[in-house]
Amino acid sequence: MNIVVAVKQIPDLQQVRIRNRQPVFEGVPFTLGLIDKNALEAGVQLKEVSGANLIVVSAGNEEVEETIKEALAAGADEAYLVIDDKLTDLESSISASVLAAAIRKIDDVGLLLFGEGSGDNYSGQVSSRVAELLGLPQVGYVSQIELDGTVVRITRSLEDSEEVLEAQLPLVISVLGDINEPRIPSVTQILKAGRKPKEIIELNDLDIDLSGLKKITTLSSLAPENDRKRAAVRTVTELVSALQAEGFIGRQ
Amino acid sequence: MAIMIYSEKNGLALEMLTAARLIAANIGTDINALCINNDIQAEELAAAGVRTYSIMNNAINLADTASVAGALQNAAGQLDASIVLLASNRRGKELAGRLAQKLDAGCLTDVNGLQVINGKVQCTRNTLGGATIATQQIDSGRQVIALAPRSFAAAALQERGIVQELGIESGPSPIKLIASRNKAGDVVDIEAADILVIVGQGMEKADVVLAEGIASKLGGELACSKPVATDKKWLGEDRIVGLSGKKCKPQLAIILGVSGQVQFTVGIRDAHTIVAINNDENAYILQMADYAMVADLKEILPELNEVLR
Repeated sequence: MNIVVAVKQIPDLQQVRIRNRQPVFEGVPFTLGLIDKNALEAGVQLKEVSGANLIVVSAGNEEVEETIKEALAAGADEAYLVIDDKLTDLESSISASVLAAAIRKIDDVGLLLFGEGSGDNYSGQVSSRVAELLGLPQVGYVSQIELDGTVVRITRSLEDSEEVLEAQLPLVISVLGDINEPRIPSVTQILKAGRKPKEIIELNDLDIDLSGLKKITTLSSLAPENDRKRAAVRTVTELVSALQAEGFIGRQ
Repeated sequence: MAIMIYSEKNGLALEMLTAARLIAANIGTDINALCINNDIQAEELAAAGVRTYSIMNNAINLADTASVAGALQNAAGQLDASIVLLASNRRGKELAGRLAQKLDAGCLTDVNGLQVINGKVQCTRNTLGGATIATQQIDSGRQVIALAPRSFAAAALQERGIVQELGIESGPSPIKLIASRNKAGDVVDIEAADILVIVGQGMEKADVVLAEGIASKLGGELACSKPVATDKKWLGEDRIVGLSGKKCKPQLAIILGVSGQVQFTVGIRDAHTIVAINNDENAYILQMADYAMVADLKEILPELNEVLR
């Protein structure tokens, strides 16, 4: 059985600077989304108990071949990568179409894992859209996964309640950021990652017409204006006076 | 052409009704609310003045996103809905992607504001992990828009709408619900609090109790940055403020020992007044505060806790 983890290459948001309210991407390296790493760790743990083969799937520009090494070092056995310059900053429906087409090239997929949202856009749509494209059942916002043969028992964590669910494989799952603590790969694992098999797929090899898929227009994307007072407070007494002046203390 | 609204949470459905009325007032279209296997909600929505379609079919499995999406797709067809409004809570977000794919619709989630310009619904939402706020519109004929909780006021009661049954077929579900339980004990609604005291990694565990004391003396709630809950496990995940936690708009936020990465600030930047206390004068959080204090929390917290009554 193959367990597939889909991950997204994103700019390292900690290194994105804002200039004139615009994000500056120049010189910012790519990385994997934080919650993608939780999905990957969940995949590695399931692989360890089931003996499955763990495949990481991603789509992006040529940098993705380098970015994906992190996932291979963390325990994925091989990578399926769709590489094309057009595959950056995609809207969710297009990401989903590309990923679903790539995943169709993989046989015997038992579990398909996603993070609950990407690190940059965080729309949370892609896992649901891929599940629909592949005609598979899905469970999102998962905090626990137990695999027993072809049956999977999942805990979905909602805002105020939890559901324990059972399903037959294959199944699409999106995991929460607190499902696990992703392991840090060892130096040996990092060195081995470069030698793990990578299946590079050209966009032309997938039967998709990207031009017809665009459904969203972004009219603007600006950092919020900062109109805070930024008054320096030096002592607790000053702070309490400020809170009193604002009406937060003694307002009964 | 019509607007269809659905959320399994009635409070959120009423917020969506407000958004739907805003859209309808501009493009002149009908609004239909949908309820699945919940006749109490159907009555409550109708009381808010919206035509409500009640689907009663136990084959529709609410825990199975594909099953619910299938029912909504069918309903959207019967009601000629071109705009579907959902809630951007976890259930609603999961549903949004699946329904959008079924309807071949463009979809935006976590939408926290909208306006209609020249007949187009323009949505605002956070992007780049919250570093920027994007204004986006859906160009496809069908649109699925998931609205972030508390972005719109709940709809006021209006002249009673009618409740009508809507027949929807549904096949067997491959997802079996074994158990459902409310989250234990410490469930707190930090989004509802007027005052939040928010703790970060820049303080010690022993001082959290002081922060809690300050929160309670001000009549507020204690909240935290993500690592405080997920890594240090000092507080429950329902108290997390930020991109993957709650987006809060309190009157007052007192932020203690949080450096202010955007994944955090996105959850609190709509607060009316922000107080930040940090021992690092370069912490970004001080720049987005109305009152900024550079100080050692170990010294300040006992004093503040003592002064407040």
